Amino acid sequence: MNLPVQVVVLWSDALLFALTAACASFAWWTRRQAVLRAAWVRVGKDPVAMAAATVLAVFVLVGALDSLHYRARLPAQPGQPVHYAVEVNSVLDALLAPLRLNTEKTYSAPLATRLFAMETLPGSNERAFPRLVYGGAHLDAALDGHDGDVVRRTLTGLGGGLLLWLPVFLWLRKKIGAGDTVKNKANNAIAATLLGIFLLTGVALSLGSGYHVLGTDKVGQDVLYLSLKSIRTGLLIGTLTTLVTLPIAIVLGLMAGYFGGWIDDVIQYLYTTLNSIPGVLLIAAAVLMMQVVIDTHPDWFATAAERADARLLALCLILGMTSWTGLARLLRGETLKLRELEFVQAAHAFGVGPLLILRRHILPNLMHIVLIALVMDFSGLVLAEAVLSYVGVGVDPTTISFGGMINAARMELAREPMVWWSLAAAFCFMFILVLAANLFADAVREAFDPRAS
Amino acid sequence: MSLLAVRDLVIEIPQGEVFRGVDAARPVDGISFDIAAGECFSLLGESGCGKSMTALGLLRLLPEAARVAGGEVLFEGRDLLRLTEGEMRSVRGGGIGMVFQEPATSLNPVLRIGRQIGEALALHEGLSGTAARARVVELLTQVGIPDPARRLDEFPFQMSGGMKQRVMIAMALAGRPRLLIADEPTTALDVTIQAQVLEVLDELRRRHGMALLLISHDLGVVAKMADRVGVMYAGQLVETAPRAEFFTAPAHPYSQRLFAALPDPTRRGGRLATIPGSVPAAHVRHVGCRFAERCDEVIPACRAQPPAWHEVAAGHAVRCILGQAVAVQKVGAGATATSEAASPDFQSRLTGASRLSVSSDTRPELKVGAGDTAVDVPAPVSFADLGFPLRRQVMAAAAAAPVLRVSDLRVHFPIRRGILQRTVGLVRAVDGVSLQLQPGRTLALVGESGCGKTTVGKAILQLIAPTAGHVELAGTELTTLSPAQLRPLRAKMQMVFQDPYASLNPRLTTGEIISEGIQALRPGEAGAARLGELLEQVGLRAEMAGRYPHEFSGGQRQRIAIARALAVQPELLVCDEPTSALDVSVQAQILNLLADLQRELGLAYLFITHNLGVVDYLAHEVAVMYLGRIVERGSTDEVLRAPRHPYTQALLAAVPTLDGRGKEIVRLPGDMPSPANPPTGCHFHPRCPLAEDACRVSYPSETKVSATHDVHCLKMAG
Repeated sequence: MNLPVQVVVLWSDALLFALTAACASFAWWTRRQAVLRAAWVRVGKDPVAMAAATVLAVFVLVGALDSLHYRARLPAQPGQPVHYAVEVNSVLDALLAPLRLNTEKTYSAPLATRLFAMETLPGSNERAFPRLVYGGAHLDAALDGHDGDVVRRTLTGLGGGLLLWLPVFLWLRKKIGAGDTVKNKANNAIAATLLGIFLLTGVALSLGSGYHVLGTDKVGQDVLYLSLKSIRTGLLIGTLTTLVTLPIAIVLGLMAGYFGGWIDDVIQYLYTTLNSIPGVLLIAAAVLMMQVVIDTHPDWFATAAERADARLLALCLILGMTSWTGLARLLRGETLKLRELEFVQAAHAFGVGPLLILRRHILPNLMHIVLIALVMDFSGLVLAEAVLSYVGVGVDPTTISFGGMINAARMELAREPMVWWSLAAAFCFMFILVLAANLFADAVREAFDPRAS
Repeated sequence: MSLLAVRDLVIEIPQGEVFRGVDAARPVDGISFDIAAGECFSLLGESGCGKSMTALGLLRLLPEAARVAGGEVLFEGRDLLRLTEGEMRSVRGGGIGMVFQEPATSLNPVLRIGRQIGEALALHEGLSGTAARARVVELLTQVGIPDPARRLDEFPFQMSGGMKQRVMIAMALAGRPRLLIADEPTTALDVTIQAQVLEVLDELRRRHGMALLLISHDLGVVAKMADRVGVMYAGQLVETAPRAEFFTAPAHPYSQRLFAALPDPTRRGGRLATIPGSVPAAHVRHVGCRFAERCDEVIPACRAQPPAWHEVAAGHAVRCILGQAVAVQKVGAGATATSEAASPDFQSRLTGASRLSVSSDTRPELKVGAGDTAVDVPAPVSFADLGFPLRRQVMAAAAAAPVLRVSDLRVHFPIRRGILQRTVGLVRAVDGVSLQLQPGRTLALVGESGCGKTTVGKAILQLIAPTAGHVELAGTELTTLSPAQLRPLRAKMQMVFQDPYASLNPRLTTGEIISEGIQALRPGEAGAARLGELLEQVGLRAEMAGRYPHEFSGGQRQRIAIARALAVQPELLVCDEPTSALDVSVQAQILNLLADLQRELGLAYLFITHNLGVVDYLAHEVAVMYLGRIVERGSTDEVLRAPRHPYTQALLAAVPTLDGRGKEIVRLPGDMPSPANPPTGCHFHPRCPLAEDACRVSYPSETKVSATHDVHCLKMAG
């Protein structure tokens, strides 16, 4: 085998793609269910939902590109077996290679040409802001054309974005036609969102080739690159943890509420106990234990990336195991109410078994709560990751995450002048991600509620 | 001069973004009436007619979304709609008091009632301290609360529903209002409690000359209380009349139909008249008469322009094109107007062809528009049509093998206290009930709320495990069976629940709801054909199987619930207050349906209800329950015509009758005791007018009055 790369499938990659496949097969199955399809068609006609879905799709695309990992082949030594690099990169890394590799010495502001900190210039005693290695390197020493260059590149980016967007827009137009106004409205929302994304991407590409668009961090890494890399971590923590939480919360919540008696007592005891332990403490203890296990078994992992990945997964699991209590309690209360309703009594009168009653009558009437909790948790978990990183028990330090970015930016807020761009970038990306998820989930919940149509 | 004069009041609810292009809803669309000092004016109508909206509009207490779009409300000469909010606050409570429907939610549960009434006193009379306390005691005495000095330090949860409603009235009286608006003040209460509350209201009106605006859907309550009646339909008044005039000769077709739809003994054996369709939605704009879509006597002119008011008699006006015709007919036929009084001379003036064309043209539209497709086709010869003596014979033939035999059924719920959840007492919800029910017959289980009648129904169906006793269904003992053994038997017994809104899973389509039982119990029969057959059997259309429950009206939902029960071909149907959440006209549809189904399928009904009118119309036998036990049982005639137990007598006397006077009132003091702590001896003795020492010692055993009539009473009133 003499492939130029060795494909690496990390566990989290596998889970992420399995999840995507599950979503796809669910969508395919939905197409054949008239009622469900009608509900999704309703979602498809909601302009806000479609705009949110477009944004989410872009985030997922970035996350997916970042989940295709490989190890590059090292230059062949004659007579030696083929060796692959220790470093594991993703397709996204390859695409963003210039951003990844063009590191500066330390902080620099967005679009800056000089470092943020003064340094003693080599060969003199004068202290000044040295020029950046890459940012604005194409400008002359006097930096005359800086402003003009930024404006020109911005305009080029906008123009390029628009040019790329037009064919997509025309294709969308052609596909839908002019007649259906409701569908057109949703379509226009998609087109407008795409326009925004294309323009921003165009500008980022055009400026990014000459500057650090969002500045650099303490060790001179490009903040835009860090932000894009954080998306995968955020998505993983949000979805995988929810995936762990959801079954536990639903099963235990429904059982406690529906069966009552000693089952209820045991489950209540369980979550009351779990809840009475301070959450961060519990997570910190679990993470530290897990870290010890990982550190004592270095042979389990071929690369540092695999180790970081294992730690990320373990974090998801631990977060999931500790955060199901709130939802379970909510579902228990709601189940208590629903089980006394007359349609459940009617099902009893037909001798319908408890599992079928739970599945047909109770669970569907709780789905709105589950969906809302899911989205709320998603945003909460992305934030929890930041808190845990602050305590030092978050993701592996080599894993780039919003939490890590915020944590790193935390101290620099006290500086004068302030280093704001790390925090602002992390904030903007998280905000857009969480907002899009919220809006989309809202529309889905509404479309699936038969009373709201 | 009248105390309150309402002129062309219009209330609008502007439609939001979602409904752009739809006109603003007008729940109240130009109503005018006057109330004189000391008079009781009653607004009557079905739900959704705009009665409550009118009341809230008068006090400017409309919900956020609604606003008064026009008209004036003159109270003692001042237009309330032009007052500032500050001036309005002195009118509310001070000039006009209001009592709401649900006493349980109208009082603040964490404040003592003395404090809540005192709040109103401080506001309107400036009283505080001892003076306020004295006045609270006085007010509570006025509304007939025993031991008021002690009661005013109690919290609302310590009081029964009737007490709370009286406290609400006392609160409304605190500002010495000249007008009291009572919005369905007794709808949430039992008949005996309703009688108490109505008496309090009537007393206050007579003694203090306070005017009363009574809003009700209950013809009986209106007959007892009102001086004048205004019938509301779809946001408008359609008829106003003095009480006597209204109850002897209602002029509007809608009013006539309301009377005809009322189940009462005189209609036993016949079918109840129904009003097809339902009240039009408030955002519909009308060209002609609002009732035209549902009116049997509709003529093309009805649809052309809104009908004008016609004076039928002095003070009796009706908004109907037929007004004059009815007046003519009334003179001719005397004062006996019922629904069938679709004026014969008037009908003869119409050609048969035109009537036919009108109905065939308009009915299909009506179905789509009104959303209610219940078509009550009169059965050719129904069981109910056989007439009473004949019906008796049919029944006697079936009297052989009972489908249901319940003996000494007990359901006790433990009261657990403390950290170890030890049982410290028992709620004896059902305490020794025995029943028998033959196929094709209806047994009505009558009683006030809390007497355990619903628990009996659920225990029979084994939805609640009985503590003791036997339930035999078609010869099989149910109480000893395991859930698996019970399953096949569940097809033989089914239940129809009270609240059609809570009894259908909102997430399932009608088809899924109905086929649930088939799938669970008769898996072979599931299929679209059977589904369609069932839907048509209950008067719906087969293609409705794909719709969700929220797309149906209350009456239609109850039909779906009945279809669901019928799907497994039961022999016994337990109907738990199936019509108490429905309007009178819709109730009539459901009762007709139940009667038809019994005739066709030979079903046995255990009909649980508190509505004696329904019992009288539908039941063959009646069992009266009080505090977990049956106190009297017998045929409908025996129990309702010649009741022997004092409780049955009181219950019957408490039902307001349409003539508004009638029976000698046996007033029941107090409320039903708690089943956790029943009185010694006869459960009824604390409230019984005939009780003596012997009654307090032991529970009276069964006394047979006739072969079918048993009573548990020592005194056995004559």
